[in-house]
Amino acid sequence: MRYLPLTPSDRQEMLATIGVPHIDALFADVPEHARLPGPIEGLPLHATELAVERHMTALARQNTVAGEVPFFLGCGAYRHHVPASVDHLIQRGEFLTAYTPYQPEIAQGTLQMLFEFQTQVARLFGTDVANASMYDGSTACWEAITMARRVTRRGKAVLSAGLHPHYVSVAKTMARFTGDQLQTALPTLTGEPDTDTLIAQVDDDTSCVVVQYPDILGRIGDLSALADACHAKKALLIAVVTEPVALGALRAPGEMGADIVVGEGQSLGVGLQFGGPYVGLFGCSDKLVRQMPGRLCGETVDADGKRGFVLTLSTREQHIRREKATSNICTNSGLCALAFSIHMTLLGEAGLRRLAGLNHAGACHAADRLATVPGVELITSRFFNEFTLKLSKEARPVVRQLADRGILAGVSLGRLYPGEAELANGLVVAVTETTTPEDVAVLADGLTEVLS
Amino acid sequence: MSVNQSGWRPERPSAADAGAATATGNRALMLEEPLIFEIGSTRTTGVDFADGDVRHDRLGDLTRKTPIGLPGLSEPETVRHYTRLSRQNYAIDLGLFPLGSCTMKHNPRLNERIARLPGFADVHPLQPVDTVQGALGVINQLAFWLIDLTGMHGVAMSPKAGAHGELCGVLCIKAALEARGDTERRVMLVPESAHGTNPATAAFAGFTVEDIPATAAGRVDLAALKARLGPDVAGVMITNPNTCGLFEPELKEISDAVHAAGGYVYCDGANFNAIVGRVRPGDLGIDAMHINLHKTFSTPHGGGGPGSGPVVLSEALSPYGPLPYTARTADGHIHLIEEERAQEFSDEHFGGKHDSFGRMTAFHGQMGMFTRALTYILSHGADGLRQVAEDAVLNANYVLRRLEDVLDAPFAASGPCMHEAIFSDAGFPDGFSTLDVAKGLIDEGFHPMTIYFPLVVHGAMLVEPTETESKATLDQFIDALRSVATRAKAGDPSLKAAPHFAPRRRLDETLAARKPVLVWKDKAPLADAAE
Amino acid sequence: MPRFFTQDHEWIEVDGTTGTVGITDYAQGQLGDIVFVEVPAEGRTLAKGDEAAVVESVKAASDVYAPVGGTVTEGNAALTEEPDLVNSDPEGAGWFFRLTLSDPDAVATLMDEDAYKSFVASL
Repeated sequence: MRYLPLTPSDRQEMLATIGVPHIDALFADVPEHARLPGPIEGLPLHATELAVERHMTALARQNTVAGEVPFFLGCGAYRHHVPASVDHLIQRGEFLTAYTPYQPEIAQGTLQMLFEFQTQVARLFGTDVANASMYDGSTACWEAITMARRVTRRGKAVLSAGLHPHYVSVAKTMARFTGDQLQTALPTLTGEPDTDTLIAQVDDDTSCVVVQYPDILGRIGDLSALADACHAKKALLIAVVTEPVALGALRAPGEMGADIVVGEGQSLGVGLQFGGPYVGLFGCSDKLVRQMPGRLCGETVDADGKRGFVLTLSTREQHIRREKATSNICTNSGLCALAFSIHMTLLGEAGLRRLAGLNHAGACHAADRLATVPGVELITSRFFNEFTLKLSKEARPVVRQLADRGILAGVSLGRLYPGEAELANGLVVAVTETTTPEDVAVLADGLTEVLS
Repeated sequence: MSVNQSGWRPERPSAADAGAATATGNRALMLEEPLIFEIGSTRTTGVDFADGDVRHDRLGDLTRKTPIGLPGLSEPETVRHYTRLSRQNYAIDLGLFPLGSCTMKHNPRLNERIARLPGFADVHPLQPVDTVQGALGVINQLAFWLIDLTGMHGVAMSPKAGAHGELCGVLCIKAALEARGDTERRVMLVPESAHGTNPATAAFAGFTVEDIPATAAGRVDLAALKARLGPDVAGVMITNPNTCGLFEPELKEISDAVHAAGGYVYCDGANFNAIVGRVRPGDLGIDAMHINLHKTFSTPHGGGGPGSGPVVLSEALSPYGPLPYTARTADGHIHLIEEERAQEFSDEHFGGKHDSFGRMTAFHGQMGMFTRALTYILSHGADGLRQVAEDAVLNANYVLRRLEDVLDAPFAASGPCMHEAIFSDAGFPDGFSTLDVAKGLIDEGFHPMTIYFPLVVHGAMLVEPTETESKATLDQFIDALRSVATRAKAGDPSLKAAPHFAPRRRLDETLAARKPVLVWKDKAPLADAAE
Repeated sequence: MPRFFTQDHEWIEVDGTTGTVGITDYAQGQLGDIVFVEVPAEGRTLAKGDEAAVVESVKAASDVYAPVGGTVTEGNAALTEEPDLVNSDPEGAGWFFRLTLSDPDAVATLMDEDAYKSFVASL
């Protein structure tokens, strides 16, 4: 077996050193009835690298690759071009095969990267600080809700109708067990987000309002009034950003008064990967930092006075606080955070702004073009790179028909909200720098045919 | 004759020249690297963009007007920055990484190649199901293997990491109790030696945590456990093999007693690497166990994640697992069930009793880890995985027996260990501790073992070599650790100042925590990006 | 003013109906460098044994319990900026909080200084 260096004679020699005759003696604590006499029957035996590669490649070929067809899916996962150097750098063994930096003297590479990442995220979000990442956007969103409960000592969270339904679903799952009360609503096919409704819902029992920016239908709205309404009732405003590239063009949620900003960092560096691993982003104001979940990297000095970095404020975490920890989270999403950070460093502010501008321009062009298709109505009035169309037919079968023609047309609201008739004709379309005008033309033609 | 006109001839330095300071702070291949905020500019970008309009016409009054403060670097500078940073890290690719309970084994590069196939890496989670049959096939095949390797009934694939899997299992227990109207069971029993995540998870799910004591032999005290069982106990969380590196020989008796008392057994599967292919946890009566794909099945740890924590479930708990969910039906078929089909599937296969507690995460879990883990599993096969456990246990016992004369090994007398060997600081002179041994090992070129965990052993040193280390590497490590341990016992003062040769010496963690500096603050504002 | 001690290493100094609470020199020595202290808010009502404050070192977090019952009148704001006062002057400037005792006689159940000294010596 190519990954196992011990030779048969090594094994014999080592057993002799240990003082046992056979490997079975080392498993003596396993009760007799549970001992497997040999390899589990019915399962394949070891295979060559070539054979495994053939098997896995055959599976990979059964999927339609986003980059090989006109592609318009978003709704929490976006296809952007990732520079080649990002993947090269994260595959360096010193990053790829390192552990959590528990021995900081020999983990400064990971630690300095995390410090840079935290700073990048905080600046992008307009928050004072950010942590070293969470599992993904959906779990970061729930962690923010529980954090708001700890800070405000209140149990009612108001969730915007524009929050990603999977994020709502995760929060509902968790709230069922923690006893948190969640106010949720379904979105409607209207042009503007539900800011006014949310403002009216904030009361003295509200721990937080959770609002997605841009929202699940691609809509954007000013958060300032909502932040003021929250703060007037001593509640927190949590903003959720599932498309961080948007913040290259849009005002930062922190700048508009959000107390906690969480997000999905997948757009930068990480790729689609059928849903994971992704990277949860988590920023907040300075005064909330001790209630923040997840790992934090901080600056300090070594015994010679040289600048260095360590994991810090770890008394918030499970390995020390055990049942009193702020979260049971143990890992972060280190390698994806690295990919995010490298991509962001390559872009820089000027590049991020340019990238965001290209995305928006492409989306505006696509929205205008698709709105000319008979049976298509553009719903979203203000948007970044994603907008919602209302079709003359149920969108889900339309998406399937277009997939048969080799077009991945977008996310039907029927997929996200099964059984909701009011939303069934909705189609969310995302456009990034990877979308060409030809792609848009092909989609427009396809829609024209399928809707006629 | 012509003389040596260039003047170049080799010279050997005298010993007195060693350790000279440099003007740059660099030491040859050991290069200092500033922060991107100190070397980058907001006007620089390392990415070329296509020509085209940049418009802001549908952003309304939300157009960003203030600078963000994000520095950019050109591509060559970026590659150099991160390459330099990488060289300040220890890694499994560089050497033995014996972190107990963390299972730092070799990461095969085939797994990386497979995960990057466009058919896996460039697929959107919400694509129509017909267009992602191969991706679902990977999930199904991996689920099939995990069920067979553990002898369990179902598996929840979506948890994002071990702790997330633990939460999944505990929520299954809570949902099962709720489903039978048994709401008085509020206590979760957790051994003192457990990972900190266990009590944190139980508390998060609303349970009250109570400790179970350990015996002098480092195992769960069965009598004490039995005495505590009752109508208020929801279940127990047990790590097997446990965090002292020992198999719990009475786990089946524990499971039977817990079941008889109406509770469920959660098994922390962090240490499954020790028994994969030799023991099926399902045969020990457990109800739920998470599997850290990044440990047993060698998906890379990446400096702290991403992990992946699928949870195998007993027949009793399978109905409650999260969506999306895979289960094997009587015909041997494995299904992937999302919200829409959940009810239909429940009616068809669970007599309408299927009652998933919902989603734990957006989308389908850590697909990129599934492809790597399945690649790893197929490479080893049933025979290779069994050999994995045997070699992991053999290596740990070899380390144990070759070090027990210089380091206190509190459980060595009670028999073999499993995949990790535990030592303590007993016998060290005043002022010398486990930390000094760890830092001394750094100077010897090894990553230290896990230290001060588990809490039940004073000054614990938990060594997990894993199966991917050769005997020669183990011998080098053992010799190094023997030397450092001997120095600690002799009170060698130079050890207190170790590491001497790492990129940094001991760091001031008190300063970091008292005055947290968590983000870079500009000494002067960064130049604004060109609008 | 009389000072009393608990087995959990809190001290309380009593002045009429007001008590001042902190942790002992022994306790700070065990904890090591203190990096953070969370003191109770003014007005909070505590029963004897309630978790009143949290004290953190780099690698440990410990709860500080109310030695007796009462209502908090003041938390030591200086500890926010200077948690190291708990190390440098644990039984003086490093006090944690003051409270109005609900039962001034309750301190009689606690140890006096000599009793605490012999308790620590026995550990």
